[in-house]
Amino acid sequence: MAHFDLNARPFSHQWLNDRLAVDTLKRVLSTEYWIPKNINFLWAMGMVLAATFGVLLISGIFLLMYYIPDTKLAFDSVNHTIMGEVGYGWLWRHMHGVAASVVFLIIYIHMFTGIYYGSYKRGRELIWLSGMLLFVSFSAEAFSGYMLPWGQMSYWAGMVITNLFSLGSLDLNGLVEWIRGDYVPGQAFLGRFFMLHVLLMPLIIMALIVLHFGTLRLPHVNNKDGEEFDFEAEAEKWKAGKRKESKVIPFNPVFLSKDTFVLGIYFIFYFYLVFYHFEFAMDPVNFDPANGLKTPPHIYPEWYFLWSYEILRPFSKNAGLIAFGFAQVIFFLLPFLDRSPNVAPANRRGLFSIWFWLLLIDMIVLSVMGKVPPMGIYTTIGTVAAWTFIILWIALPFITKAEKTVRGHK
Amino acid sequence: MSDRRDFFGKMLGAYAGLGALGALYAAKRTWDPLPSVKAGGFTTLDLSNMQENKLYVEKWRGKPILIIKVAKNSKPATAPNGNDKNAYDDKRLITVGGHKYMIVVGLCTHLGCIPDYFPEKNKFICPCHGGQFNAAGEVLKAPPPSPLVIPPFKITGTKVVLGEVGSEYKKLKEAGVVA
Repeated sequence: MAHFDLNARPFSHQWLNDRLAVDTLKRVLSTEYWIPKNINFLWAMGMVLAATFGVLLISGIFLLMYYIPDTKLAFDSVNHTIMGEVGYGWLWRHMHGVAASVVFLIIYIHMFTGIYYGSYKRGRELIWLSGMLLFVSFSAEAFSGYMLPWGQMSYWAGMVITNLFSLGSLDLNGLVEWIRGDYVPGQAFLGRFFMLHVLLMPLIIMALIVLHFGTLRLPHVNNKDGEEFDFEAEAEKWKAGKRKESKVIPFNPVFLSKDTFVLGIYFIFYFYLVFYHFEFAMDPVNFDPANGLKTPPHIYPEWYFLWSYEILRPFSKNAGLIAFGFAQVIFFLLPFLDRSPNVAPANRRGLFSIWFWLLLIDMIVLSVMGKVPPMGIYTTIGTVAAWTFIILWIALPFITKAEKTVRGHK
Repeated sequence: MSDRRDFFGKMLGAYAGLGALGALYAAKRTWDPLPSVKAGGFTTLDLSNMQENKLYVEKWRGKPILIIKVAKNSKPATAPNGNDKNAYDDKRLITVGGHKYMIVVGLCTHLGCIPDYFPEKNKFICPCHGGQFNAAGEVLKAPPPSPLVIPPFKITGTKVVLGEVGSEYKKLKEAGVVA
């Protein structure tokens, strides 16, 4: 039997230590979890994301108290009850809508930071993979949430996206009807997407966040130069009081205080949007109640899905689906398609640097083209951008295989 | 000792596996369309007073049904792929009371948006991804991979019942016009 100090007062430090090992937990998870010094504000995006998820969860709890998942009542429960009657209901809705949009902006910054600095290989593969699972889960969470106000864009986005599951010429209409629980999106559809949005997906996301943190603990976070050093030795220096010499800082309180500063700036930006520019997250089309007999003149997803939507659009049905499927899974393969052992910022990696910036620009072009109506020159630009995306990924293994070793690395 | 443990492990696995299969089946059935949804599936249309080359929209199983009494000259104004055949001669049209009608499910076969009809051009253009159809529902321009779908129907006089399979529908099916 473990040693218990029988004289310890209930809930005193000693008492908790004997029962919960609070000191060990605190040491392993925070005060002796070491972060490199050589980082910048981009390293705070993880904590920004965690905080934004917290905001989504809390605002969601308040919305859930008045939202009614019924095709006849849902629209009014949001646009009349929550927006007009519930005290500060508008605040929760705008916080929820803006956070749902901004969280993708931060996710993309977080992802491209990882790609730029090569933080997905040499021991960090699982960080990347669990992060990609989080991206997919957030996408599912965003899509299912978009169904709930049951406006025109909810209905037609639901129609178009569930139709993807007929898998082109395979014509799996039975599968599509099974997913919907009806011939078209209806009560069964709204009910199940409500369940996914408020319970199943949040549970999965929370489990994945824990996994994502777990995958970071052993390889530690990367740094601005991709430098590999002995965390144990550097930690000893810090603990011996040689704080200037040491290349690391403890997660808590030193790194967290930097995170908190970035969070402060971020929340000024976020609440500016919530109070003054919430309309960017509120599509005017979705303020018309769902109508199965009237397609909106132009159907487009929220901005964060535009690039993958645009990859679907210029091709015929089957080719489009294959291209779309490619776009959905290809980011998962990044650690294995990058054949270079270099962990270094992209600007020191020759051709990879061009690859990185081309990919970023191409995804911005795809996003813009996904928003404009499909005609004339836009179709041409969209087609070129879609092919560029595919070719870039096919070229990646060859570019990185030929890459020279970056100085200072084996 | 380890044999006994392996055996019990396998027994437990099989037992739990059976339970999981049963639960999966129940979950699948819970997601199936309800019988009440499946049962309410018939719509009767009266075509007697329709005007030529005008789009009529009805509802069947929650989906829009597009009906056009096709005029003798229904050539599409512009044809992106050279297909400018007169829609009036298309074998997909349904003859009711001596007139020819296009009766189709109004969801683009690409991803299910409702195509808009332009009577002066005698063609449909889909607002989502730019697909085009003629006044008989044939594809003029991709991405839609196949013509607009003809729902099962039965003709009685000048009326058409959607959801029921009549002899004319069977003939179209034998001719390979409907899947």
